[in-house]
This record gives sequence, C-alpha cells and structure tokens, in this order.
Amino acid sequence: MSISEDSILKFTRGHRLQHDRVRDVWLIQAPEKAFIADPIAAAILQLVDSDQPLGVLIDTLAKTYQAPREIIAADVQTLLASLIEQKVLGA
Amino acid sequence: MSFAPPPMSLLAELTHRCPLACPYCSNPIALDRRASEMETADWLRVLDEAASLGVLQVHFSGGEPMARNDLPELVRHASKLNLYTNLITSGVLINDTTLEALDTAGLDHIQLSFQDVDEAGAERIGGLRGAQEKKLNAARLIKARGIPLTLNFVVHRENVARVPEMLDLAHDLGAGRVEIAHTQYYGWGLKNRALLMPSAEQLEASTEAVVKARARFGNSLAIDYVTPDYHADQPKPCMGGWGQRFVNITPSGKVLPCHAAETIPNVVFPNVATESLGAIWQDSPLFNLFRGTDWMPEPCRSCSLKEVDWGGCRCQALALTGDASATDPVCARSNQHALVMEASTAGHDGEFLYRRFGAI
Repeated sequence: MSISEDSILKFTRGHRLQHDRVRDVWLIQAPEKAFIADPIAAAILQLVDSDQPLGVLIDTLAKTYQAPREIIAADVQTLLASLIEQKVLGA
Repeated sequence: MSFAPPPMSLLAELTHRCPLACPYCSNPIALDRRASEMETADWLRVLDEAASLGVLQVHFSGGEPMARNDLPELVRHASKLNLYTNLITSGVLINDTTLEALDTAGLDHIQLSFQDVDEAGAERIGGLRGAQEKKLNAARLIKARGIPLTLNFVVHRENVARVPEMLDLAHDLGAGRVEIAHTQYYGWGLKNRALLMPSAEQLEASTEAVVKARARFGNSLAIDYVTPDYHADQPKPCMGGWGQRFVNITPSGKVLPCHAAETIPNVVFPNVATESLGAIWQDSPLFNLFRGTDWMPEPCRSCSLKEVDWGGCRCQALALTGDASATDPVCARSNQHALVMEASTAGHDGEFLYRRFGAI
C-alpha cells in the first residue's frame, strides 16, 4: 500500500539526517549506528526535513531532476516505505 | 605512516565511580579514582576535538556517568556540535529532575542496563539492593518523555535461561531496542570467567530465544545479540579493527583503541591532557600498534579473513596467551585454540570477585 501524498513524514526521535563534513556524505544517525544515505536518498530526505506533504516533495524532485513524476513517485515511495518500516520515519 | 580514516564513535568514560559492582564490569581492574578524573572544561575541549576529527556519536559511559553533575552540560555541548549523544547508564540515579536536565540538554538516546529480570539475580550481580525497582521506574520515566530507549542485558550462566523474559520485558517497557550481550572475558569478567561462562547448550538456547523473539516482535523491537566467542572457532572483529572506527577516553583522559587496552604492555598510553585527539588517533604508537594488517603473525598474515576479523581481539590474545600480537586463540587456526576450548568447559567453582575500588 502506498503512502498518502498528503502525508507529512518526519524523522522519529532518535533518528536524523546529517551532513558529515569530514567525510562529505549524508548520514542517517540512529541509535548505536549511522547509515550512509546515497545521493538520491539524501536528496529525498533533505526534502522530508522541510516538512512538506509527500506530493509536494515528489513534485519538487520531478522538477529538479526533470524526470517523469510517476518514476520519481515510485522511487520515493519505495525508500520512504522502507524507512517507515524500520521506524526511521513516522507520520 | 598511512592516513587512518577518522573514528566514527567515541566512548567517553566520564568516571569509574558506580553504585553497582557487577563482576563482569568492562572497566579496568585498576580503576581511576575521583581525584584523577578530568574536569568539565577538559571534556568540553575533547568533545570539540572529537567533532572536528569526524566522530559522529558520543557514548557517555562510566562507571555510572550520572555520578557526574556536569553530564547535562556535556550532553548539551555535544548536541550543539551535532554529535549524536547516547547515555549508557545503570539508571539508578534517574528521577524526574535528573532526566529532565538530560532531555532538555538534547540527549538523543539512552541505553539502560539491567542485570536480570529476576530481582534476586539482579542484586546478586549488581550488589545494590532496590536497584531493579529504580531501573524499572527509570525505564518508565524515559518512555514517558519519549526518549529512545535500548535495554541492555549482559548474560551469563546464572541468568541466561531468562533471555525470553528479558526480551519480553524490553517489549513491555516499550524499548525500541534491546541488547542481549553475552559476557566478554576481559578484566573483571576474566577474573570471574569460571562462574560466568555459559555452557554450549545454554548458548544455543539463548540464540534460539533471540531468533524466536525476532520473528514474534518484528520491527517493533530491534534485537542486538552478542555471542560469547569462547564457544566459537572464528574470532570477532574486535572494535571493527584496532584504531579503525572507535576511540575510548578514560576518566583520567587516556585515549585507548578499546576499553580493555590498558592491559597492553610496553606502550605509552597517550592522554588528551598533553596531545590532541587527532594527533593521538593518527600518529600515536598505541593506535598504530595493531592497526591494519602489517603487524599480523601467521596464520593471520596469509589468511583470507584477515580484513574480516582483523586478527580478532588483541586484549584477549594477551590475556590468554601472554602475547598481544598472537592470533586470537578463539580462532581454530591458532595453535593455542585449546586454551579457549578448555576454558569454555572448565569447572564453575568459587565466589564472585565484585568490581570495587581496591578489590584486588
């Protein structure tokens, strides 16, 4: 089931997106570990941090990357669903 | 000397003082006294240095780190530096007031230790009457504030049968994570090894309990499971490799590649009082002693797993063979593997030697 485009997702407490200046990568900080966010995930998650509804976020990415909206939407849904499953993100 | 990638994680052992006396404590046998502890200003500077070096997470630990009144100030400073702040605590000093101070300072996560689910068992290990109730209350207060919580259980032959109940307790208290960590045998743990060592059957049962709980709780409870390597035939990649990811600072400011490293002989332990953390990490003899693979003897040197397990644990090699550069005897390819096999099935007589100042 896909996530509603009206949803405003947030990092759950204990998780956050952070730019690592020393290594020049984006990271998700989590209890006892940090995951490296690849450039696509980092672009999506920076928008998550801007508190916009999912639909707006997808529009922004489609425009920025000049890609078909449905392809962007599918990528975003896959990533975010997985992070919700892992309790990194919540509504 | 080659460039070492910066550390990810700092274990800040603020104090060795602790109300508990667990016989497997990870602190060294020779504990730092209060008078030798670093001042607040020293720790603030260390946090600055850690953040600019590339440390991502700071684990405030001890002893009992809440025994230091400046803990909220240190947490606040680390948070401002965008370091992920984790508190590793026994929880017995947590109340509404102390927890609020940490919460408002920006604490990201708490790892709360339990010695057992059974009160008598917990008091036999921790040696503090009434601790269990305080810990349960601490867990509820943490949960009520919404601070992410991990419960930590160190398991051994006396409590390992209760792993299923430990996992249930973590779930019932609403912890997002739980660690079931078999005792590691260094320092105090090594002194008490005969009384702590689980049988192979106990180990198998605890592993099975973890597998079942993972299936039952799914993503509602993340379970970290650390096995005792004495029943294994391949060593653990201790600390992810010596001087590769992890740095430990003791209450008196010594900088170590792991919390047991003070046992390593014939090397100077660098101190943040006299050198910068970055210089110590990059250039000190201690951090370069077992970094990478050049130091390795055979059979490690020609082993295809040498960059998987990094030769195992140096402190364990030292403790068991007398030579810190020997192959970790947990490895079946070590010519001293029999030492581990014998210890894993040895007798279980004697009394606990509790972790206290001046116990030895």
